[in-house]
Amino acid sequence: MGQAVDNLSGVAPPLLDAGPAVRVRGLVKRFGEVTAVAGVDFEVHRGTCLGLLGPNGAGKTTTVEMLEGLTEPDEGEVEILGLTWRRDAREIRERIGAQLQESKFPDKLRVREVLRLFRSFFRDGADIDEALETVGLAEKRDAYVKTLSGGQKQRLSIGVALLNNPEIVFLDEPTTGLDPQARRRVWEIVERVKAAGGTVLLTTHYMEEAERLADDLIIMDHGRVIARGTPAAIIATLNAESVVQFSLGAGAGRALTEEDLLALDGVNAIRREGASVVLTVRHAHEVISGLFALIEARGLALEDLRTHRPTLEDVFVSLTGKSLRDE
Amino acid sequence: MSRLAELRELTRVRVYAFLREPEAVFWVFVFPLVLAVVLGLAFRSARPAPSLVAVAPGEGSAALVEALGASDGLEVEPFQTEDAMRVALRRGAIDAIVEPAPGGGEPILHIDTTRTEGETARLRIVEALAAARGAPLPEPVVREQTEKGSRYIDFLFPGLIGMNLMGTGMWGIGFALADTRQKKLLRRMLVTPMRRGSFFLSFMLSRLVFLTLELAIVAGFGAWVLGVPFRGTLVAFALVSTLGALTFAGLGVLTVSRARTIEGASGLMNFVMMPMWLASGVFFSYERFPDVTIPFIKLLPLTALNDALRNVMLDGASVVGQGRELLILAVWGAVSFLVAVRIFRWE
Ligand SMILES: Nc1ncnc2c1ncn2[C@@H]1O[C@H](COP(=O)(O)OP(=O)(O)OP(=O)(O)O)[C@@H](O)[C@H]1O
Ligand SMILES: [Mg+2]
Repeated sequence: MGQAVDNLSGVAPPLLDAGPAVRVRGLVKRFGEVTAVAGVDFEVHRGTCLGLLGPNGAGKTTTVEMLEGLTEPDEGEVEILGLTWRRDAREIRERIGAQLQESKFPDKLRVREVLRLFRSFFRDGADIDEALETVGLAEKRDAYVKTLSGGQKQRLSIGVALLNNPEIVFLDEPTTGLDPQARRRVWEIVERVKAAGGTVLLTTHYMEEAERLADDLIIMDHGRVIARGTPAAIIATLNAESVVQFSLGAGAGRALTEEDLLALDGVNAIRREGASVVLTVRHAHEVISGLFALIEARGLALEDLRTHRPTLEDVFVSLTGKSLRDE
Repeated sequence: MSRLAELRELTRVRVYAFLREPEAVFWVFVFPLVLAVVLGLAFRSARPAPSLVAVAPGEGSAALVEALGASDGLEVEPFQTEDAMRVALRRGAIDAIVEPAPGGGEPILHIDTTRTEGETARLRIVEALAAARGAPLPEPVVREQTEKGSRYIDFLFPGLIGMNLMGTGMWGIGFALADTRQKKLLRRMLVTPMRRGSFFLSFMLSRLVFLTLELAIVAGFGAWVLGVPFRGTLVAFALVSTLGALTFAGLGVLTVSRARTIEGASGLMNFVMMPMWLASGVFFSYERFPDVTIPFIKLLPLTALNDALRNVMLDGASVVGQGRELLILAVWGAVSFLVAVRIFRWE
C-alpha cells in the first residue's frame, strides 16, 4: 500500500543528508513605490508543507516567484535545496515544480499534449499516464484544455508541476475560485504528495486549507511576516479557548460598550463584525452566563449567540483588524 | 529528456495549435488561392476590352455613331442626356465623349488624359474616323506577344507567394507568441529547464513545416490551374522561399518581442507590413515609384524576396544569380532574430 502511494504521488523522497529545502533571508522586493515584500525570513524543512497565508496584496505571489527564480529579489538571499539561482538555475529548475497563480494552457491543446510538452523539458520524471493518474484526469486524457472545468484545469496545472517528480512543489493559490468539492480533490492530491515525503510550499486565502494541509504557517500582511508557527501554536497565541459571537436585536446598536464587555470575567479581546460582537475568551461558560446577566439587567434581547473554537481566521483578524478575504 | 525531444514537442505543439485554428488555415492556404483566382479572372482576357464611348447629340451625330460603331475596338453607349454622359465620363464608366462639330468639321473629343483608357479610346476613335472617311491610317505589322510569362497573372503570382510568405510568417508567429505571453504561459515555461533557444527555434521549425504545405498548394495551383511558368529549378525556388519564410519569421519574432497584448502585437505587425504591401512590387512593379526611392525599396525584405522569386520563376535564373537578394533577406532575418532574442519580454 505504502509502495502504491509512492508510485502515484509523483514526488521524490527527501534526501537524508540535506539541510532545509528552502532557506530565505531578508527578502525584499519593491515595485516602484510599492514594497511588495519587506524583509522576509523563513525555512521550509524537507518533507513538510509550509502554508503562506495572507490577504490580497500581502506579497505571497511575489515571495513565491522570487523562490521560483521568476522575479529577481532587490535584497536578500534565496537558497533552494542548498543551491542558488545565480549559480545553479538550471539544476534548481530540474528539481522544483511550480503552479503559477495566473498562467493558462492553450485552449486548443489536449490534456496529454500539454503534459507531454512539459515533460519534454525535464531530464527525468514521471510518464504522463502516471501524472494523469495522480491528478485524477485519466479519462480527460484526450480532452481539449478548453473543455475542462475550473477544477480540472487546476488539477492539470498541478499535474504539470509534478511531472519531474520535484523535490519541492510551489502551489500559488491552487484552490482559489474552486467550489468546495473541487477544492477537496486538490487537497487530496497535495496530501498524497506529502505522504510520499514531498516538500510543499502553498499560498492560500483559506484558513481551512492551511489548517488541513500545512505543517507550518506563515501569515503575511503588507509584505511582512506577522505570525509564524504550527497552526496550533499560532492559534494558541490568542490565549483563548473559545470565541463567542453574539448580536442584539435591531436598534440595540451599541447598547453594550467595550468597557461593559471587558468587565466580564475571562474576556481577552473584543471586536465588531457588522451587527455582531465577537469576544475572544478564556472561559466560555463564565463569559456567557455573565453576558446573559448583563443583557437581562439592561433590558436587552439576545438575537443570536454562537461559540466556536478559535481558528486562524480569528488570529488573523486579531492581528490585522481585517478579514483574510475581500468579501 | 533530450534537447531534441524538447524541440520536437515544442514544434509539435505549434503545429497543432495552428492547424486547430480554422481562421489561420484559411488565411494561409485558402486566401492566396482565392486572390489568385479572382485576379486571374480579372486579367484573363487576351486582348484589352473595347473602349466605351458616347456620342453627344447634335447635327451629324448619327453619322458619328455609325462610323464609331463599325470599329471592333469601340462600343457606343446610348445616353438620354448630355449631362448623364458627363457624369459617366467623370466616373470612368465610359472612356470618351465624341461631340459633333457644328458645320461638319472635325469632332471634339472629351477624354480624361490621365487615364490610359482615355488615350486608348482617342487612338481608336481617330482610327475609326479615318476608316469611315475611306482613308485608313497606315498600320505597322504587328506580331502578337502571347508567350507564357508575360501576362499580368505571371507577374502577379510570384508577388502573391512573397506576400503570403510574409503574412503567414509574421501573423503565424506574432499571434502565437503574443498569445503565449498574454496567457502567462511563457512564465510557466520559464520555471522549467526549457532552453530558451529551443523555444525560439520551434517557431522557425513550425514555419518550415507549413512552408512546405503552403508552397505545394499555392505553387501547384499556380502552375496547373493558372499556367504560371516555373522556369527555374525546384531547388532554387525552394531555397529562395525557405530563406524568405525564415526571414519573416525572424521579423515576426522581433515585431512582437515586447508587445504585451494581442492587440498591440497586431497593430505593430500591420505597421511593419503595410509599407511592403504597397512598395515591394506585389501587385505592380516598384519601378513606378520615383527614382530616388527605388534603392530604398530594393532594400526591403519583401522586395528582395519578390525579385528573387520572379527571377527564378519567370526567367529561370539560378540561385547564384540572386546573391544580392538572398543577402538582403539573410541580413534582415538574422539581425531581427538576434535582436529579438536579446530584447524579448518573457513576462
Ligand atoms: N509586477 C508588479 N508591478 C507592480 N506592482 C506589483 C507587481 N506585482 C505585484 N505588485 C504589487 O505588490 C504587492 C504584492 O502583490 P502579490 O501579488 O505578491 O500579492 P499576493 O499576496 O499574491 O496577493 P493575492 O492574494 O491577491 O494573489 C501588491 O500591492 C501588488 O500590487
Ligand atoms: Mg498572489
